[in-house]
Amino acid sequence: MKPVTFWRSCAASALCLASVATIAATGAGSEASVARPGPLPSRLSETGLYSDASSLTVDPRHLAFSPQYPLWTDGAQKRRWVSLPAGTAIDITDIEVWSFPVGTRFWKEFSFGGRRVETRMLVKSNRTDWQFASYAWNDTQTDAVLAPVTGLPGVAEIAPGKKHSIPSVEDCRACHDSSRTEVLGFSALQLSDDRDANAIHGEPLVNGMVTLRTLLAANRLQPGRPELVSAPPRIPAASSQERAVLGYLSTNCGACHNSNSTLAPLKLMFKQPAYGGGLGVVRAGLVRQTKWDRPGAVPETTSVIDPVVIEHSALLYRMRSRRPASQMPPLGSVTPDAAAVDHVTRWALEEFRRP
Amino acid sequence: MTQRISTMLLTTTALALVTTMVGRADAPPQTSSKASEAADAAQVKRGQYLVKIMACNDCHTPWIVGANGPEPDMTRMLSGHPAQMTLPPAPGPTGPWVMHFAGTNTAWAGPWGVSFTANLTPDKDSGLGEWTEDMFVATIRTGRHQGKGRVVLPPMPIGQYKNATDEDLKAIFRYLQSIPAIRNKVPTPLEPEE
Repeated sequence: MKPVTFWRSCAASALCLASVATIAATGAGSEASVARPGPLPSRLSETGLYSDASSLTVDPRHLAFSPQYPLWTDGAQKRRWVSLPAGTAIDITDIEVWSFPVGTRFWKEFSFGGRRVETRMLVKSNRTDWQFASYAWNDTQTDAVLAPVTGLPGVAEIAPGKKHSIPSVEDCRACHDSSRTEVLGFSALQLSDDRDANAIHGEPLVNGMVTLRTLLAANRLQPGRPELVSAPPRIPAASSQERAVLGYLSTNCGACHNSNSTLAPLKLMFKQPAYGGGLGVVRAGLVRQTKWDRPGAVPETTSVIDPVVIEHSALLYRMRSRRPASQMPPLGSVTPDAAAVDHVTRWALEEFRRP
Repeated sequence: MTQRISTMLLTTTALALVTTMVGRADAPPQTSSKASEAADAAQVKRGQYLVKIMACNDCHTPWIVGANGPEPDMTRMLSGHPAQMTLPPAPGPTGPWVMHFAGTNTAWAGPWGVSFTANLTPDKDSGLGEWTEDMFVATIRTGRHQGKGRVVLPPMPIGQYKNATDEDLKAIFRYLQSIPAIRNKVPTPLEPEE
């Protein structure tokens, strides 16, 4: 077993110190246990995703969508749906914090190599709480079973020696509880009709997928805000490359690095708002010296973006790394996003490099 | 003259009354303030007790060989692995001996690479000075740096500590924020070859 693989196993079991301590890390009795307003269905087929579970036909009443700046998950193919209770609408009074009606359900299906691996679900169970669940697909691809709250490591090999793991609920919440809303990929910017054609790993809008325009037309967004159609959200940028990079950073970094997160004191603001965003939002954070030192570098000389040697930037080092102690994002993927590293490097060279 | 005396008396009386009123108005806050101070002191004391019994000094305070043998160097209490200490590469695992640690008890080598124990003092640049209580509690709960970042590496016994109550974790944080700040920039963990 390779050392890193061994360590990942250790991290998954939270018990790497058998020779030091032998207390099982079950979390039993922990106050951190996730409160569950009600039991979650034990099978995906029981969650309401399908109108015909035997043929895996998705209920046509559910709304398929695709955020314009998707999260990197090792190149997984993803499908997403939202179900809003009949006759309800999303309150978008605060354009950055959409308030979903009780009973809203989201599903996100992850496939690798054409095989479904997991489907995650969020359920708005009461006025303030969301339930998080993930379902692990069976070998015959007929249904998926509720994964334990501690997650399931190594459920599918996605590259030689690299396996996809179903994250624990705690890990899901590490990102989803870091903004003023738990829903990350369904927002004004992500569903804008002014879709970024150069978005890194951008997905095509398939017929029937909802956008701001269709949601407003169907009265699923309240109050109606015509500017969302007449002036759809768009990240202002000096170039198409910059726009795509800022969008990528917003999704992949901004979920945790935003002004409403407990990490706000780090002053790394990657989240792009629906309006009024752009490089100005993130620039101050990018030129900061980090408390994290690049391995091998003179202590306290590492910057988020190093204008002299761009390749030494903490941002790029951590994007390239998929070692537990340094990778960014710290969870959710086991292979680096080479395309994004390339995009960000080229953009940083043009924007920040100085001799 | 009479009028002047009357005015003075009136003023004095008014001042006394105001003073009394102010004093009365102040009384509850003073009591509240004292109660708050007492509660704060109790929380710090509880945190100190927990830090002692949870063996935080075993790893977060560098060990030296003293008159009675190896012991934590309390002049560097909870300041983590000494930044100026250079270490040769750790020996690789041999048979069942998969882990090694330095004599300071602040550097640990194993399959995860080499981890260095953190500076827990309230130094702003190198310790927990800019941490919030939420960050600290979330770190212990999740086993992730600041509750969201990289995994906290061995030998930190997160598996046990995550079961502590919020009250106890907050007390520990409060105590750690009360100890002397020591500037000591602990190195970034060394990673194994992938």
